[in-house]
Amino acid sequence: MTMGAGAFSGKPVRRVEDPALLRGEGTYVDNLKIEGMLTLHFVRSPIAHATIRSIDASAARAMPGVVGVYSATDLAFPPAPALMTLRPGAVRPALAEDRVNFVGDPVVVVVAESRALAMDAAEMVEIDYEPLGAVVDMEDALSPDSPVQYESIGSNVMIGLRSGSDDPLAGADVVVRGRFENQRVAVVPMEGSAIAVDPTGADYDLTVHLACQMPHMIRGVLSGLLELEPDRVRVIAPHVGGSFGGKHLSAEGVVAAKLALELGRPVKWVETRSENMVALPHGRGQVQYVELGLKHDGTMVGLRCRMVGDAGAYAGFGGILVLGQTKIMAQGVYHIPEIAFDVGIVVTNTTPMGAYRGAGRPEAAAFLERIVDMAADELDMDPVELRRKNFIQPEEFPLTTVMGAEYDSGDYEVALDEALRISDYKGLRDEQAQRRARGDRMLLGIGLACYVEVTGGGEEFAEVEVHDDGMITVKAGTSAHGQGHATAFAQIAADQFGVPIEQIRYVQSDTARVARGGGTGGSRSVQLGGTAVLQTSKLVVERAKELVADILEAAPEDIVVTGDGSVGVAGVPSKAITWAQVARTASERGAPLQVQHDTERAGSTFPFGAHVAVVEVDSETGRVVPVQHFAVDDCGVIVNPLLVDGQVHGGLASGIAQALWEQFLYDADGNPITSTLAEYAMPSAAELPSFTTAHTETPSPVNDLGAKGIGESATVGSTPAVQNAVVDALSHLGVRHIDMPCTPERVWRAISDARIGTLPDPWREPRTEMAAFPKEGASEEELERGAESVNL
Amino acid sequence: MVLIAVQVNGTDHQDEVEPRLLLVQYLRETLGLTGTNIGCDTSSCGACTVLLNGESVKSCTLLAAQADGAEIQTIEGLAPAEGPLHPVQEAFRENHALQCGYCTPGMVMAAVSLLEEEDQLTERTVREGLEGNLCRCTGYHNIVRAVLACAAERGMVPGSVS
Ligand code: FES
Ligand code: FES
Repeated sequence: MTMGAGAFSGKPVRRVEDPALLRGEGTYVDNLKIEGMLTLHFVRSPIAHATIRSIDASAARAMPGVVGVYSATDLAFPPAPALMTLRPGAVRPALAEDRVNFVGDPVVVVVAESRALAMDAAEMVEIDYEPLGAVVDMEDALSPDSPVQYESIGSNVMIGLRSGSDDPLAGADVVVRGRFENQRVAVVPMEGSAIAVDPTGADYDLTVHLACQMPHMIRGVLSGLLELEPDRVRVIAPHVGGSFGGKHLSAEGVVAAKLALELGRPVKWVETRSENMVALPHGRGQVQYVELGLKHDGTMVGLRCRMVGDAGAYAGFGGILVLGQTKIMAQGVYHIPEIAFDVGIVVTNTTPMGAYRGAGRPEAAAFLERIVDMAADELDMDPVELRRKNFIQPEEFPLTTVMGAEYDSGDYEVALDEALRISDYKGLRDEQAQRRARGDRMLLGIGLACYVEVTGGGEEFAEVEVHDDGMITVKAGTSAHGQGHATAFAQIAADQFGVPIEQIRYVQSDTARVARGGGTGGSRSVQLGGTAVLQTSKLVVERAKELVADILEAAPEDIVVTGDGSVGVAGVPSKAITWAQVARTASERGAPLQVQHDTERAGSTFPFGAHVAVVEVDSETGRVVPVQHFAVDDCGVIVNPLLVDGQVHGGLASGIAQALWEQFLYDADGNPITSTLAEYAMPSAAELPSFTTAHTETPSPVNDLGAKGIGESATVGSTPAVQNAVVDALSHLGVRHIDMPCTPERVWRAISDARIGTLPDPWREPRTEMAAFPKEGASEEELERGAESVNL
Repeated sequence: MVLIAVQVNGTDHQDEVEPRLLLVQYLRETLGLTGTNIGCDTSSCGACTVLLNGESVKSCTLLAAQADGAEIQTIEGLAPAEGPLHPVQEAFRENHALQCGYCTPGMVMAAVSLLEEEDQLTERTVREGLEGNLCRCTGYHNIVRAVLACAAERGMVPGSVS
C-alpha cells in the first residue's frame, strides 16, 4: 500500500496503546515499586468547619512500622498549589493549620513502612476540634451572616461583580425566567489521585511519578514551592486512569514531595476511593438566575444572568469558571444583542471546586438551552423553530460575540438538521402525540440542545527525529491519559513521512524526555499538539528533501516523499533513498535529522453541535430511562473517527448522568452523604443506552489541521438535551422545569404537583446581596465601595 | 499469619499471609500481578475482577485466606505473554472499548466470564451482565459492542451467524 498524505489521517486506525493496557501492563502510579518506598496516609477532618484545639500523635508515632507523623506545626509544608487564585489571601495550607474547612480536609499525615501500618497508626491520632458553624449552601454563603471561612477577608464572597448591559430586557414583548441549579458532581476517574516521589535518584533532586494531565506545568509549580531548580525536578505522568480535569498537583501531593525531601526516602500516596470522593475537587456547582427577553415572533432581544458560583473550601479554582468559561459562552449559538452577567463566587465548607469535563461550558449550555425551551413553551413555538430563528449564520464567522469570544467557524443549522434527520424528530413527535392521546403510562420526552463551546487556544511544542534505523520518534508537550494521542499523533506524522504507523515511536508525559509542553486539558491536544506534530514533521521532511536533493543531485522542488518509506525524485522510482539512509547521511554530516519546534499562539476553537435526547418517563413512579441519544458534534477536521467517537461516548455518559443521576450531596452540617460509589449514582452499562453519533465537519481556520476539541463537547450538548427531554415528557401537564438531577422523586413530585395544580414557579429573585456587587469597569472608588458592601 | 496455597495463571504459589490481607492485595503486592486494579473500597467498581475457579469475583471482596486452594486467573494469564491476545482482548481493541485502560482488566475478565456463563447474549443482557463494572471513559458503548462481537463470533447472539 502506498502511504503518504491522507493514508492514515481521517481513518479509524486501531490504537497502538491498547495491547499493553489489555495485557495488564499499565504503569499506573500504584504499580510502581521502588526499593524502600514508604507509604503515606492522611488523617482527615470529620467536621466541615472547626478550629483545631489540639493534636495528639504520640500513640501513632509509637506504632510499629511508623516512620513519622506530621501536622502543619511539625514541619513547614509549602502551601497547596492553586491553578488559579480567586482572591489574594485565599490560600490553602497543604495540611490544615488552625482550622479545618471541609470534611476530608487533611490534618495529619502518617508515614509508614506499608499502607496497612500507616492506616493503623492514623486511627491512633487524636484531634480535638471546636466546631464552628458551617455554610454549605452557596446562596447562604452570600449572606454577611454566614460563618466566615477566611477571617482576614471577612466575607465568604470571593468575587462579586456585575457586568454587561444595564437593561438587557428592554424592548422585549415576553420575558421568560428560571432559577436553575447546576449541581455539584464528583469527577470519579476510575483511578484516584496517586503520587510517588523519589529523592534518591542521581540525576534529579526529585523524581515525581504523578497521575496528572500537565507534567511540565506541575514541575514548574512544584519546584517553585519546594525552592528547587526546575531542571532538578523530573515529573512523569505514567499511565493515568482517567482524569477529566481532576488530577493536578494536590495538597497531598505537595505533602508527599516535601516528606520525600525531608526523609530522603521514596514515598507514595495512593488515594482510596472514599478519600477521592471528598478530596479530589468537585465540578459544576452553580445556581443560575436567567431571564430571556424575546419579541412575539421569537426574536431574542436580551439575556440577563445572575449567577452564583460555589468555590467550595479554600476558594477552589473551579469557583472562577462561572466568571470564565460560563460567562464567555453565555451567548451560545444565538444572536442575543444585549447580555447582562452578574456573578457572586463564594467559599463554602465543602470539598474545593475544580474542573470537570467541560469546566464551565456545560453550565452555560445548560442554562441557555433550558431557558430557550421555556421560551418556546411560553411562545407556543416549536423548540426547533425558535432555535433556528436565532442562530448565528455561517457567513458571519469569524465573529466576536457580545461576550467577547472570537468564534472561529460554525454552521449550527447544518448540525441541527442532521440531528433531526438521524433521530427522525418528526417521527418521535408523532409517537409522543400518540402516547399522550392513548394516555400511556410511559411518557415519551424529546429534548433538544444546540451548543457551542470553547477549546484550545495557545501554543504547543513538538520534537520529531528520524533515527539511523529509520524509526521516527515523535514527541509532544501534551499528555494523554486515555485519549489516544500515541495513535492520533502517529497518524499525523506517518502521513508526512509516508511510513507505516509502526515506524513511529511516540513519547510524552515526561519532563526529562520532552523539553516543554502545555499538557492536556480543555480539549486542546489535537488542535495544538497535533498541529505541533504536523508542523514539526513538515520541517523535518523539508530538511530531508534538501539533503536528498543534494545526494541525488536533483532540484529540491523535484524531491518528494514517495509513500513507501523513502524520499526521492518525483516519478523516478529508482532515484529514492530510505528514511534510514537519509537519517544516517544527516548524522554523518553532523546534523541529525531532528527538529524541535513550537507552534505560534493560536486562537481558541469553538466546537458545536446538536443533540436529540429521547427519554421515557414512568408517569406513576417518576423514573426516567434514557432510551436513545443522537449526538451530532462538529469538531472540525477529524484525525481519527474511532477516537472521536470514543470521546463522544464518554462525554455523553457523563452528561446524561448529570442530567439524571449524579449529585454530590451534603447534609446541613456539611457532612457528605454521597461519598462512596455505593451512594454516588455514577451509571453502569445497565443504566445507559447505546448512542447514535454523527459529525458535521466545519474546519477551524485557526490551526493547520482544521481541528477543534472533542473531549468535552458531548458532555456540553447532552446534559441540556436530556434535561429538556424530561421536562418535554411532562410539558402537556404544564410542567416547565425540573432541576438536575431529574431523580424519580423530583419527577414524580412535578407530575403530582401538576395534577393537583401546585406546580412551583420556576423563578424567584436572587439574593439581594447580588445587587450590591460593583459593576465591571466602575471607578476604583466604586469598586472599593462595592467590595466593602460585599465584605460586611 | 495464614498459609495459603493457590494456583494463579497456572503457577502454584504457597504464601504466609496476614489474615486481613485482601485477595487483590495478595495478587498485586505479594505476587506482583499489578494488572488487576483497585478502583474503590466499597466493592462497587469491579476494577479488581478476576476469575476464581472459573467464575468472576471482585478480588477486593475476598480475603487471600479465603482463596486457599483455589485456581485464579488474572488479566496477565488470559493470553500468553508473547502470543496473540485473547479473543475478548482482541475485540476490545478492535472496537475501541478502552481509553485510560484502568477499568479494562476487570471489564475484560467480567466479559470473559459472562461469555462463558450465558448461552445467549443481547445488548440488554450484556449491559446487565457488566453492571458491576464501572468505566468513566467509554460510556460503555464500545465495551458492549466488543462483548456482543465476541458473542456473535460464538453464535450466542440471537439471529447472528456464527
Ligand atoms: S476495587 Fe474491587 S470492586 Fe472496586
Ligand atoms: S477505560 Fe478508563 S475507566 Fe474504563
